[in-house]
Amino acid sequence: MKLPRNAAKFLRLWAVVLGFAILILPTLGSGDPLSSNDRFNKLGHQIMCSCGCGQILLECNHVGCPASDGMRKELRIAMDSTGSDSQVYDVFIQKYGPVIMAAPVFHGFNIVAWIMPFAVLLAGTLAAALLIHLWKQRNARQILVQPPALSPAMRDRIRRETEL
Amino acid sequence: MPQFGSFTLLLALGLSVYALVMGTFSLWQLARASSGLQNFSRSVPERLLETSRRAGIASFIALTCAAFALVWCAFTNNFSVAYILHHTNRALPGPYKFAALWSGQEGSLLLWAWLLSAYGFIVRLRHKVDVRLSAYASTILIGIQVFFVTLMVFAAHPFSMVTGTIPADGNGLNPLLQYPEMVIHPPMLYLGYVGFSVPFAFALGALMMRYPGEKWIHITRRWTMITWLFLTCGIFLGAHWAYSVLGWGGYWGWDPVENASLMPWLTGTAFLHSVMMQEKRGMMKTWNVWLIFSTFLLTLLGTLLTRAGLVQSVHAFAQSSIGDWFVGFMILTFAVCLFTYLRQRDHLRVEHRLDSLVSRESSFLFNNLLLLAACFTVLWGTLFPILSEWVQGTKVTVGAPFYNRVGVPIGLFLLFLTGIGPVLAWRSTSLRSMRRNFILPVLAGVATAIILMAAGIRPWRDEAALYALVSFSIGALVITAVSSEFLRGAHVIAQQTGRNLLSAIVELTRRNTRRYGGYIVHFGVVLIFIGIAGSAFNQVNEQELGFHDAMTIGPYKLVDQSYTEDDNPNFRSEYALLDVYKANKKIAQLAPEQRFYYASQQTETMVANQSNLERDLYVIYAGKNPDSGQPIIKVFLNPLVNWIWIGVLVIILGTAIALIPSKKPASRSRSLPAREINETAEAVAGGD
Repeated sequence: MKLPRNAAKFLRLWAVVLGFAILILPTLGSGDPLSSNDRFNKLGHQIMCSCGCGQILLECNHVGCPASDGMRKELRIAMDSTGSDSQVYDVFIQKYGPVIMAAPVFHGFNIVAWIMPFAVLLAGTLAAALLIHLWKQRNARQILVQPPALSPAMRDRIRRETEL
Repeated sequence: MPQFGSFTLLLALGLSVYALVMGTFSLWQLARASSGLQNFSRSVPERLLETSRRAGIASFIALTCAAFALVWCAFTNNFSVAYILHHTNRALPGPYKFAALWSGQEGSLLLWAWLLSAYGFIVRLRHKVDVRLSAYASTILIGIQVFFVTLMVFAAHPFSMVTGTIPADGNGLNPLLQYPEMVIHPPMLYLGYVGFSVPFAFALGALMMRYPGEKWIHITRRWTMITWLFLTCGIFLGAHWAYSVLGWGGYWGWDPVENASLMPWLTGTAFLHSVMMQEKRGMMKTWNVWLIFSTFLLTLLGTLLTRAGLVQSVHAFAQSSIGDWFVGFMILTFAVCLFTYLRQRDHLRVEHRLDSLVSRESSFLFNNLLLLAACFTVLWGTLFPILSEWVQGTKVTVGAPFYNRVGVPIGLFLLFLTGIGPVLAWRSTSLRSMRRNFILPVLAGVATAIILMAAGIRPWRDEAALYALVSFSIGALVITAVSSEFLRGAHVIAQQTGRNLLSAIVELTRRNTRRYGGYIVHFGVVLIFIGIAGSAFNQVNEQELGFHDAMTIGPYKLVDQSYTEDDNPNFRSEYALLDVYKANKKIAQLAPEQRFYYASQQTETMVANQSNLERDLYVIYAGKNPDSGQPIIKVFLNPLVNWIWIGVLVIILGTAIALIPSKKPASRSRSLPAREINETAEAVAGGD
């Protein structure tokens, strides 16, 4: 059974809203002020440990790490002496280079890193929508040229001959 | 024994090359004969093909001997073999000596080749399932095997000898690998990784021979399910190992090696869904063939990324200089796939038709789209540091914050489809049926969100809480949708046969194992998402603890009863004994430990974890304060982690059920009106 036109429209709209909502989730909930410890926890999870262990600063736990303790102190000082989160990150980037950030900073060529997955998803969605449209059109044409339905006599004969 | 090992490796190479050459030649001759280009007796190439099959079987025996020889060398402390010297020592416990087989480059290549030959052995033994298709698949598998055995013989020989004086003891096994799960995690992962060669071989073989009909897709699907199951187990065993051994309180670090295992898993999952469209509707043939090709190529790419040292990884023990070999093999494999596809693409041509946007078909299409977008995100994140260095001249790190921001929304959308896909009908879903199937799940999702917000989750406060809330809500929606599918079908069977509901659910599952096994897998996926969402509420505390000092985390109080040292031939250890109290009642005693391994001169932590369904109390001995000599204890309170491991068990159960052939429905015990019969058919056997 085919879906009524308004229901299909509603579904499409719903899918778009839901998709949009899920895609913008990361941008929500960033405006509330955090306590000092929460902010330290948040920023410390955006920075890598510089000792080469490949771990997030606040997760670096290997015994006798020469870097993490000092970096945590640096983070506290940077939080106290600078204003925004990005200024804190700048302090670390200037000292250790961009590799110290656990994810690319949204600037210059690094923007490509963030945009590309969504661009691919969007392109894929458009391609899938186009495919679905084409397949539906083909189906509509097929229905138009369908042969007339079998007569009950013919059905009986087929059933007899195929012993079904 | 090393000489025996070297000999069997050479023998395996000889047999593999023979099987490849004879297999290729015979299949080419038979194809020419079939197309009328050549007129001769078919018995000669058929006999040669049989010798190729037997050589393939013999190569499995030769590689088994080689693997046995390496393990024997490990158990007999034969340090004249460089590999044994570098990866074992005398004091290493037996199971880890066995695990030495896959703890280094050469050994893991030998394991890879051996598993590949074992899979090939099964395919060759079961060749009567379809003689010609099995011959193609067997020849392709032996081609892959030739690459791995050649690699071992010429570039990474597991039996290369130590020159000069042979040391009295070995360097020991990497302490990170000295953990019970390490005896099983790598073989599982390899079984999955290597296993994808089999569906690849069947798909490529079927395309090469222009296989008539769809039987090859059934064979390929079953093999994919089995290897997908192994890979799933391997990935989650690795996650559990990381959680239990690495001691940072998490189970997934988005390390390139982890990413390498996730990519073929995602494309394999996409194939397992889209293959149903080919089976049911004859659609997406080209797509499915390329999904299988991509899955195999991704296993090679993953190996290349980690072995060639292109990307920084904590799995540094896996790096070496065999990357060029893998680049060459990947290019060759891709060229063969592309050439075969271009030559035979008309064989895959099909008239795609779709009755409605709201159908099972379109849900599979979007499911594939999201899985591939997730795979691309992982690949992109893994490769971006190389790209950045190439374009900007500076390397950047792409770690957890990137994947959480980009990957989690895609994952949540996928979770949502997990719930709505199964309740959509093939071809078209009517508005009435949508209303009937969706109202309850949507209500469950909304109610969960409201209850959680009332309980104190503030999604607007931080990103993690928002993700958690959405995960729990969609999880409730999916569980309700899947459960109502079970209940509806079971209700019909109960009415038909007079069974109780539980027995009816079992009967329902037995009648369509693939469909209901799949639903159980979806249920497991929800449990995993719930477990992951719990990480939004992790707590951590670190403190120096003297005798009878206490620290708190959440509702728990940890009191240091003592701290001491211990010693054995393999390692020296320091540990603390901590009593855990909740509401002034002692509930457990934990002993977090730190070990110093003599042979490798490395220190490792041994986590103490007190776990239940609600949370993990995860305790680490982080070392001693050099000034006071007192231990520093780090405690994590990680909610819902156990749900992840339970979810994996549910996935294993669901996949195992889906692999069992369905039972034919019993004849109806009483006559039913026509409308009821239609409903029964729809509910019980409505496809996959």
